[in-house]
Amino acid sequence: MVYVTQPTPTAPSPAPPPEAARPQGARERGRGGPPVLSVRGLKTHFRLDEGVVRAVDGVSFDLYPGEVLGIVGESGCGKSITMKSILRLLQPPGRIVAGEIRYRRPEPQGEARRRYRPFEADLAKLPAQGRRMRQVRGGDIALIPQEPMASFSPLHTIGDQIVEAIRLHEPMPARRAREIAVEKLREVGMPSPEQRLSAYSWQLSGGLRQRAIIAMALACNPSVLIADEPTTAIDVTTQAQVLELIKRLQAEHGSSILFITHDLGVIAQMADHVVVMYLGKVMEQGPVRDIFHRPRHPYTRALLRSIPSVHSEPRVALPTIAGSIPHPLHRPSGCAFHPRCPDFMPGRCDVRTPALHSPDGGAPVACFLHHDVAEEVGHDA
Amino acid sequence: MPEEVAPLLEVRELRKHYPIRRGPFRRVVGHVRAVDDVSFQVRDGEILSLVGESGCGKTTTAKCVLRAVDPTSGEVLFRLPDGRVVDVARLPEPELRPLRSQMQLVFQDPFGSLNPRMNLLDIIGEPLLVHGVKDRRKRMERVAELLHLVGLRPEYMHRYPHAFSGGQRQRVVIARALALEPRLVIADEAVSALDVSVQAQILNLLLDLQRRLNLSYLFVAHDLSIVKHISHRVAVMYVGKIVELAPTEELFHRPKHPYTSALMQAVPVPDPDKRSALKGLPGEVANPADPPKGCYFHPRCPFATDVCRAETPALREVAPGHRVACHRAEELTLPGIDDLERVA
Repeated sequence: MVYVTQPTPTAPSPAPPPEAARPQGARERGRGGPPVLSVRGLKTHFRLDEGVVRAVDGVSFDLYPGEVLGIVGESGCGKSITMKSILRLLQPPGRIVAGEIRYRRPEPQGEARRRYRPFEADLAKLPAQGRRMRQVRGGDIALIPQEPMASFSPLHTIGDQIVEAIRLHEPMPARRAREIAVEKLREVGMPSPEQRLSAYSWQLSGGLRQRAIIAMALACNPSVLIADEPTTAIDVTTQAQVLELIKRLQAEHGSSILFITHDLGVIAQMADHVVVMYLGKVMEQGPVRDIFHRPRHPYTRALLRSIPSVHSEPRVALPTIAGSIPHPLHRPSGCAFHPRCPDFMPGRCDVRTPALHSPDGGAPVACFLHHDVAEEVGHDA
Repeated sequence: MPEEVAPLLEVRELRKHYPIRRGPFRRVVGHVRAVDDVSFQVRDGEILSLVGESGCGKTTTAKCVLRAVDPTSGEVLFRLPDGRVVDVARLPEPELRPLRSQMQLVFQDPFGSLNPRMNLLDIIGEPLLVHGVKDRRKRMERVAELLHLVGLRPEYMHRYPHAFSGGQRQRVVIARALALEPRLVIADEAVSALDVSVQAQILNLLLDLQRRLNLSYLFVAHDLSIVKHISHRVAVMYVGKIVELAPTEELFHRPKHPYTSALMQAVPVPDPDKRSALKGLPGEVANPADPPKGCYFHPRCPFATDVCRAETPALREVAPGHRVACHRAEELTLPGIDDLERVA
């Protein structure tokens, strides 16, 4: 049986997830209402012949309305698989084996309120190809992908593709959908949007293509935007334009953004709240200022130290993190970071896995330097 | 005054134009000016960076220096160990071969540049074999030495690339480049594909090797903070031309070209308290097949005047060692990295 809750417009909104399960320190963030997206204990595993890759292994976070939540981590940390799990775009053998992805459609302000249909569901339990999930994907939660060239069909015009996306989610005459498409293209700063409707993606430059993809993501007025390394493939002067654009759109629409990147500079400039991931686990999360100025996890500290800054002394050795990211099939025991950690405590970090826990009511951190709470020992699927 | 030694590498008025062919008879209808009149020097033990956005011609320049592509015109003067200077751009293939050992390339992608069917001994030993080390035992000794040099265990030489992480593979690529004891190493985005935590290791290794072996680097990159960290001098390229060339500190603190300054303003600073409004430039990089008249940068330049729209500025020296291609270099005071501190 599919687990869906869809209360009538008059019904009170269902109870938020149990207080104990919510990361502490998150409460003051909820000024704009309950989180639009609550991920709890998400585990996405890939069962291969060689073994099980635990790409996402017990990840929890909340995305509040109007917030930019940054997920930062290096390759293999599970940030993109988290995105794919939320949108239910996983390809086999990838599978969500545990956890909850609770999406709660926020109530819009003003004019749009009349057309508001409340919706709440655990996306992890919906059939990936089902009607509801198709509605959520693109309609409620839209993706700004990394590679705009690969995301547009080269055989169809930009306009046709945006119109298709709009009409899939809301049946309307093609003429009306085209108007919306032009409006969206204008909003993202596309020059002469009417003409661009009949352009093909390969006729646009990198920056314009990225704008077109953002216009398409915005086409159905989603309440959550997932930006997956949206500026990695473009140049730095164009990147600045696109980041400014995302900031502006966010301010205008008050949408919530899940911003996935490996670039600490981009995170510092964009995010309100940051989740640091390493090998499928959340190492630490907190307000962006705390993460950058008072990082608590040795991994976050080391990561921040190892980036050359334009202000650092030239040609002196940079502090490094020893070793390299372990192979996902040879995951270290205990805390996954312990073989590279400068503060490794033998007999502790390599035996038990620290839980993401807040020792003092502040931001939660998964490290025995700060508390002694370990994860419950595995009952893995 | 003693007679000056020629620089290790001197590039003079280098051009690489690719023809655009159209129509049934493949007529040449124009040229993509990938590299358009580029001149610079790399001295002994110096790290010179070529920096710019995609399509600016930095990689093509590097390829011309290596003679991986034949330049359209210009000279690539390389000083041999015996002091003779040869023009790599004109040398016939047989004479080029011994020279190849003198300059080596470190590629960007450590996954694409290692043959998965060869073990490290074969990968690193191949240049040795090609250049005449026929004795397998000797090659093994040298490979062990090289692996040690780049911080890998010599026992690894019988393993295959798949057993190594990105950072370790890049060490293998570096070991292979160093096998023939080159004097010039061309690093094309050598750390761009690596994770942050590994990037620092490889940067440290490159710097350490440069010092120990007194190598010269032509470092091609797009990341300004890395360029600032590693180089002695920096050349900024835009649409096939060098727009500014200066010692690193000078360039970053006192940029004279509006494009250089704009690049610095566009880099996201990893500090949430310094949320300067990221200043992107309006518009996009000009098309090298159809560059604008005058200064190629003028359509995006906030300081452009009539002269910029009409005349192409020459690269000229405005301070000792500081060359700029901008008509208004003297009158403009542009923000450098010191001005990034502004809090939004």
